[in-house]
Amino acid sequence: MSLSEEQVQDIISRSRETGDYGELVEAIPYAKMIGMQVKRMGNEAFFCLPSAQNNIGNPVLPALHGGVIAGFMEQSAMLHLMMFMNSEVFPKIIDFSVDYLRAGLYRDTYATCQVWRQGRRVGNVAITAWQTRSSEPIATARAHFKLD
Amino acid sequence: MSEIELRARNFLSVLRHCQHLQMTVEQADEQGLIIKLPYSDNIVGNPVTGVIHGGAITTLMDTCCGISTVCYLPEFEICPTLDLRIDYMHPAEPGKPIFGFAECYRVTPTVIFTRGVAYHEDRDEPIAHVVGTFMRMGKAVNPGSLKAHGDEEGA
Repeated sequence: MSLSEEQVQDIISRSRETGDYGELVEAIPYAKMIGMQVKRMGNEAFFCLPSAQNNIGNPVLPALHGGVIAGFMEQSAMLHLMMFMNSEVFPKIIDFSVDYLRAGLYRDTYATCQVWRQGRRVGNVAITAWQTRSSEPIATARAHFKLD
Repeated sequence: MSEIELRARNFLSVLRHCQHLQMTVEQADEQGLIIKLPYSDNIVGNPVTGVIHGGAITTLMDTCCGISTVCYLPEFEICPTLDLRIDYMHPAEPGKPIFGFAECYRVTPTVIFTRGVAYHEDRDEPIAHVVGTFMRMGKAVNPGSLKAHGDEEGA
Protein backbone atom coordinates (compact mmCIF):
# COMPACT_ATOMS: atom_id res chain seq x y z
CA MET A 1 0.00 0.00 0.00
CA SER A 2 1.33 3.38 -0.95
CA LEU A 3 -0.25 6.80 -0.69
CA SER A 4 0.51 10.07 -2.40
CA GLU A 5 1.51 13.11 -0.39
CA GLU A 6 -1.82 14.72 -1.30
CA GLN A 7 -3.78 11.74 -0.01
CA VAL A 8 -1.93 11.88 3.32
CA GLN A 9 -2.53 15.64 3.57
CA ASP A 10 -6.25 15.06 2.96
CA ILE A 11 -6.35 12.43 5.71
CA ILE A 12 -4.56 14.77 8.13
CA SER A 13 -6.89 17.71 7.37
CA ARG A 14 -9.96 15.49 7.74
CA SER A 15 -8.67 14.12 11.07
CA ARG A 16 -8.02 17.66 12.30
CA GLU A 17 -11.56 18.72 11.44
CA THR A 18 -13.31 15.76 13.01
CA GLY A 19 -10.85 15.14 15.88
CA ASP A 20 -10.88 11.45 14.87
CA TYR A 21 -7.38 10.30 13.98
CA GLY A 22 -8.35 6.67 13.36
CA GLU A 23 -8.03 7.08 9.59
CA LEU A 24 -4.49 8.46 9.96
CA VAL A 25 -3.43 5.54 12.17
CA GLU A 26 -4.96 3.11 9.64
CA ALA A 27 -2.88 4.76 6.91
CA ILE A 28 0.39 4.02 8.74
CA PRO A 29 1.04 0.28 8.25
CA TYR A 30 3.25 -0.17 11.35
CA ALA A 31 0.76 1.61 13.64
CA LYS A 32 -2.01 -0.55 12.19
CA MET A 33 0.04 -3.74 12.61
CA ILE A 34 0.66 -3.24 16.34
CA GLY A 35 -2.99 -2.16 16.68
CA MET A 36 -2.55 1.23 18.33
CA GLN A 37 -5.36 3.73 18.83
CA VAL A 38 -5.54 7.49 19.39
CA LYS A 39 -8.00 9.59 21.34
CA ARG A 40 -7.91 13.35 21.20
CA MET A 41 -9.50 15.18 24.11
CA GLY A 42 -9.34 18.93 23.60
CA ASN A 43 -5.71 19.86 23.35
CA GLU A 44 -4.52 16.58 24.83
CA ALA A 45 -4.04 13.20 23.20
CA PHE A 46 -4.06 9.72 24.67
CA PHE A 47 -2.55 6.78 22.88
CA CYS A 48 -3.55 3.18 23.55
CA LEU A 49 -1.99 -0.13 22.57
CA PRO A 50 -4.55 -2.86 23.29
CA SER A 51 -2.99 -6.19 24.28
CA ALA A 52 -2.38 -8.36 21.22
CA GLN A 53 -0.79 -11.82 20.97
CA ASN A 54 1.53 -10.81 18.14
CA ASN A 55 3.10 -8.07 20.29
CA ILE A 56 4.39 -10.55 22.90
CA GLY A 57 8.13 -10.96 23.39
CA ASN A 58 8.75 -13.13 26.46
CA PRO A 59 6.06 -15.84 26.19
CA VAL A 60 6.44 -17.10 29.77
CA LEU A 61 5.49 -14.00 31.77
CA PRO A 62 3.96 -13.16 29.22
CA ALA A 63 5.28 -9.70 28.43
CA LEU A 64 5.10 -7.33 25.48
CA HIS A 65 8.27 -7.08 23.39
CA GLY A 66 10.29 -4.06 24.51
CA GLY A 67 10.67 -3.08 20.86
CA VAL A 68 6.90 -2.91 20.43
CA ILE A 69 6.59 -0.69 23.50
CA ALA A 70 9.32 1.57 22.07
CA GLY A 71 7.70 1.54 18.60
CA PHE A 72 4.34 2.45 20.14
CA MET A 73 5.98 5.33 22.04
CA GLU A 74 7.82 6.59 18.95
CA GLN A 75 4.62 6.48 16.88
CA SER A 76 2.71 8.23 19.69
CA ALA A 77 5.27 11.05 19.71
CA MET A 78 5.09 11.37 15.92
CA LEU A 79 1.27 11.47 15.90
CA HIS A 80 1.28 13.93 18.81
CA LEU A 81 3.48 16.32 16.80
CA MET A 82 1.28 15.91 13.72
CA MET A 83 -1.88 16.57 15.75
CA PHE A 84 -0.71 19.74 17.44
CA MET A 85 1.54 21.40 14.89
CA ASN A 86 0.36 22.84 11.64
CA SER A 87 2.31 20.60 9.38
CA GLU A 88 1.12 17.99 6.96
CA VAL A 89 4.32 16.02 6.64
CA PHE A 90 5.53 13.05 8.65
CA PRO A 91 8.12 14.13 11.22
CA LYS A 92 11.35 12.17 10.67
CA ILE A 93 13.01 10.45 13.61
CA ILE A 94 16.53 11.70 14.46
CA ASP A 95 17.15 9.80 17.67
CA PHE A 96 15.18 7.84 20.23
CA SER A 97 16.12 6.87 23.77
CA VAL A 98 14.00 4.65 26.02
CA ASP A 99 14.32 3.64 29.68
CA TYR A 100 12.47 0.50 30.72
CA LEU A 101 11.23 0.82 34.29
CA ARG A 102 8.90 -2.14 34.76
CA ALA A 103 7.94 -5.25 32.82
CA GLY A 104 5.38 -4.43 30.14
CA LEU A 105 2.91 -7.20 30.92
CA TYR A 106 0.38 -8.64 28.51
CA ARG A 107 -2.14 -5.87 29.11
CA ASP A 108 -3.43 -2.72 27.45
CA THR A 109 -0.73 -0.04 27.41
CA TYR A 110 -1.22 3.72 27.36
CA ALA A 111 1.02 6.63 26.43
CA THR A 112 1.01 10.40 26.66
CA CYS A 113 3.48 12.86 25.18
CA GLN A 114 4.95 16.18 26.19
CA VAL A 115 6.52 18.44 23.60
CA TRP A 116 9.34 20.17 25.46
CA ARG A 117 10.60 22.14 22.52
CA GLN A 118 9.32 22.68 19.05
CA GLY A 119 11.68 24.68 16.93
CA ARG A 120 11.40 25.38 13.24
CA ARG A 121 13.42 22.35 12.28
CA VAL A 122 13.57 20.03 15.26
CA GLY A 123 11.10 18.91 17.92
CA ASN A 124 11.88 17.32 21.30
CA VAL A 125 9.19 15.04 22.72
CA ALA A 126 9.05 13.09 26.00
CA ILE A 127 6.84 10.03 26.11
CA THR A 128 5.50 8.15 29.13
CA ALA A 129 3.96 4.67 28.85
CA TRP A 130 2.01 2.93 31.59
CA GLN A 131 -0.42 0.08 32.16
CA THR A 132 -1.95 0.34 35.64
CA ARG A 133 -1.59 4.03 36.49
CA SER A 134 0.30 6.93 34.98
CA SER A 135 2.30 7.42 38.19
CA GLU A 136 3.82 3.95 37.64
CA PRO A 137 5.24 4.12 34.12
CA ILE A 138 6.55 0.95 32.47
CA ALA A 139 8.82 3.07 30.27
CA THR A 140 9.82 6.65 29.61
CA ALA A 141 11.39 7.84 26.37
CA ARG A 142 12.46 10.93 24.54
CA ALA A 143 12.84 11.55 20.87
CA HIS A 144 14.03 14.22 18.46
CA PHE A 145 12.21 14.65 15.17
CA LYS A 146 13.15 16.63 12.08
CA LEU A 147 10.13 18.74 11.23
CA ASP A 148 10.89 20.35 7.87
CA MET B 1 26.10 -25.07 13.88
CA SER B 2 28.04 -23.71 16.87
CA GLU B 3 26.56 -23.81 20.37
CA ILE B 4 26.39 -20.01 20.45
CA GLU B 5 24.45 -19.90 17.20
CA LEU B 6 22.10 -22.63 18.43
CA ARG B 7 21.41 -20.73 21.65
CA ALA B 8 20.82 -17.48 19.72
CA ARG B 9 18.39 -19.25 17.35
CA ASN B 10 16.52 -20.89 20.24
CA PHE B 11 16.24 -17.54 22.01
CA LEU B 12 14.88 -15.77 18.92
CA SER B 13 12.47 -18.60 18.10
CA VAL B 14 10.46 -18.13 21.33
CA LEU B 15 9.94 -14.36 20.89
CA ARG B 16 6.54 -14.19 19.25
CA HIS B 17 6.73 -10.64 17.93
CA CYS B 18 10.10 -11.40 16.32
CA GLN B 19 8.58 -14.42 14.60
CA HIS B 20 5.75 -12.17 13.45
CA LEU B 21 8.35 -9.87 11.85
CA GLN B 22 10.14 -12.95 10.41
CA MET B 23 13.46 -12.10 12.02
CA THR B 24 16.23 -14.71 11.65
CA VAL B 25 19.71 -15.23 13.12
CA GLU B 26 22.29 -14.80 10.35
CA GLN B 27 25.47 -15.20 12.38
CA ALA B 28 26.40 -15.68 16.03
CA ASP B 29 29.87 -16.15 17.45
CA GLU B 30 32.32 -14.72 20.01
CA GLN B 31 32.47 -11.49 17.99
CA GLY B 32 28.76 -10.73 18.21
CA LEU B 33 25.39 -11.40 16.63
CA ILE B 34 23.73 -10.57 13.31
CA ILE B 35 19.93 -10.73 12.88
CA LYS B 36 18.01 -10.12 9.64
CA LEU B 37 14.72 -8.23 9.42
CA PRO B 38 13.12 -8.73 5.99
CA TYR B 39 11.29 -5.81 4.36
CA SER B 40 7.52 -6.03 4.60
CA ASP B 41 4.66 -3.69 3.72
CA ASN B 42 3.31 -4.26 7.26
CA ILE B 43 6.19 -2.46 8.98
CA VAL B 44 6.23 0.67 6.84
CA GLY B 45 6.15 3.87 8.90
CA ASN B 46 5.74 6.36 6.08
CA PRO B 47 3.06 5.32 3.55
CA VAL B 48 4.29 7.95 1.06
CA THR B 49 7.92 6.84 0.88
CA GLY B 50 7.59 3.18 1.99
CA VAL B 51 10.38 3.60 4.56
CA ILE B 52 10.34 1.09 7.44
CA HIS B 53 9.10 2.41 10.79
CA GLY B 54 11.67 3.25 13.45
CA GLY B 55 9.76 0.97 15.82
CA ALA B 56 10.58 -2.09 13.71
CA ILE B 57 14.26 -1.07 13.71
CA THR B 58 14.08 -0.55 17.49
CA THR B 59 12.61 -4.05 17.84
CA LEU B 60 15.37 -5.48 15.65
CA MET B 61 18.10 -3.74 17.66
CA ASP B 62 16.60 -4.38 21.12
CA THR B 63 16.37 -8.06 20.19
CA CYS B 64 19.83 -8.11 18.63
CA CYS B 65 21.53 -6.37 21.59
CA GLY B 66 19.61 -8.55 24.07
CA ILE B 67 20.40 -11.86 22.37
CA SER B 68 24.04 -10.82 21.77
CA THR B 69 24.54 -11.51 25.49
CA VAL B 70 24.48 -15.27 24.72
CA CYS B 71 27.67 -14.71 22.67
CA TYR B 72 29.52 -13.65 25.84
CA LEU B 73 27.91 -15.47 28.79
CA PRO B 74 28.86 -19.08 29.58
CA GLU B 75 25.27 -19.99 30.42
CA PHE B 76 21.85 -18.69 29.46
CA GLU B 77 20.76 -15.75 31.61
CA ILE B 78 17.72 -13.55 31.52
CA CYS B 79 18.80 -10.00 30.70
CA PRO B 80 15.96 -7.47 30.52
CA THR B 81 16.65 -4.14 28.78
CA LEU B 82 17.42 -1.22 31.08
CA ASP B 83 17.71 1.34 28.33
CA LEU B 84 18.25 1.64 24.62
CA ARG B 85 19.28 4.58 22.44
CA ILE B 86 19.10 4.74 18.67
CA ASP B 87 20.67 7.44 16.48
CA TYR B 88 19.50 7.48 12.87
CA MET B 89 22.23 8.17 10.31
CA HIS B 90 20.13 7.61 7.16
CA PRO B 91 16.59 6.50 6.45
CA ALA B 92 16.32 2.83 5.49
CA GLU B 93 15.81 2.13 1.78
CA PRO B 94 12.37 0.73 0.93
CA GLY B 95 12.29 -2.89 -0.26
CA LYS B 96 15.58 -3.94 1.28
CA PRO B 97 16.10 -6.20 4.31
CA ILE B 98 17.76 -4.64 7.35
CA PHE B 99 20.52 -6.37 9.26
CA GLY B 100 21.26 -5.73 12.92
CA PHE B 101 24.72 -6.34 14.38
CA ALA B 102 25.35 -6.17 18.13
CA GLU B 103 28.21 -6.89 20.49
CA CYS B 104 28.73 -6.66 24.24
CA TYR B 105 31.62 -4.32 25.02
CA ARG B 106 31.54 -4.62 28.80
CA VAL B 107 30.15 -7.39 30.98
CA THR B 108 29.92 -6.76 34.74
CA PRO B 109 28.24 -8.93 37.40
CA THR B 110 25.24 -6.56 37.38
CA VAL B 111 24.88 -5.12 33.89
CA ILE B 112 25.96 -5.72 30.29
CA PHE B 113 26.76 -2.83 27.95
CA THR B 114 25.99 -3.53 24.30
CA ARG B 115 26.32 -1.57 21.08
CA GLY B 116 25.41 -2.20 17.50
CA VAL B 117 24.40 -0.93 14.10
CA ALA B 118 21.51 -1.44 11.69
CA TYR B 119 22.53 -1.56 8.02
CA HIS B 120 21.57 -2.82 4.56
CA GLU B 121 24.72 -4.17 2.90
CA ASP B 122 27.70 -2.51 4.53
CA ARG B 123 28.20 -2.32 8.28
CA ASP B 124 30.38 0.75 7.70
CA GLU B 125 27.41 2.60 6.23
CA PRO B 126 24.88 2.22 9.02
CA ILE B 127 21.24 3.24 8.99
CA ALA B 128 21.45 3.60 12.77
CA HIS B 129 23.84 3.35 15.69
CA VAL B 130 22.56 1.74 18.88
CA VAL B 131 23.67 1.41 22.48
CA GLY B 132 21.78 -0.63 25.04
CA THR B 133 22.27 -1.60 28.67
CA PHE B 134 20.94 -4.87 29.99
CA MET B 135 20.41 -6.08 33.56
CA ARG B 136 21.82 -9.43 34.68
CA MET B 137 19.28 -11.38 36.68
CA GLY B 138 21.39 -14.52 37.18
CA LYS B 139 20.93 -17.94 35.66
CA ALA B 140 17.52 -18.96 34.40
CA VAL B 141 15.58 -21.41 36.56
CA ASN B 142 15.21 -23.67 33.56
CA PRO B 143 18.15 -23.07 31.24
CA GLY B 144 16.94 -22.18 27.78
CA SER B 145 13.56 -20.99 28.96
CA LEU B 146 12.57 -17.41 29.62
CA LYS B 147 11.09 -18.23 33.02
CA ALA B 148 11.04 -15.21 35.26
CA HIS B 149 12.46 -14.90 38.75
CA GLY B 150 10.37 -11.90 39.66
CA ASP B 151 8.08 -9.45 37.98
CA GLU B 152 10.69 -7.03 36.76
CA GLU B 153 11.69 -8.89 33.64
CA GLY B 154 10.73 -9.54 30.13
CA ALA B 155 10.76 -6.21 28.35
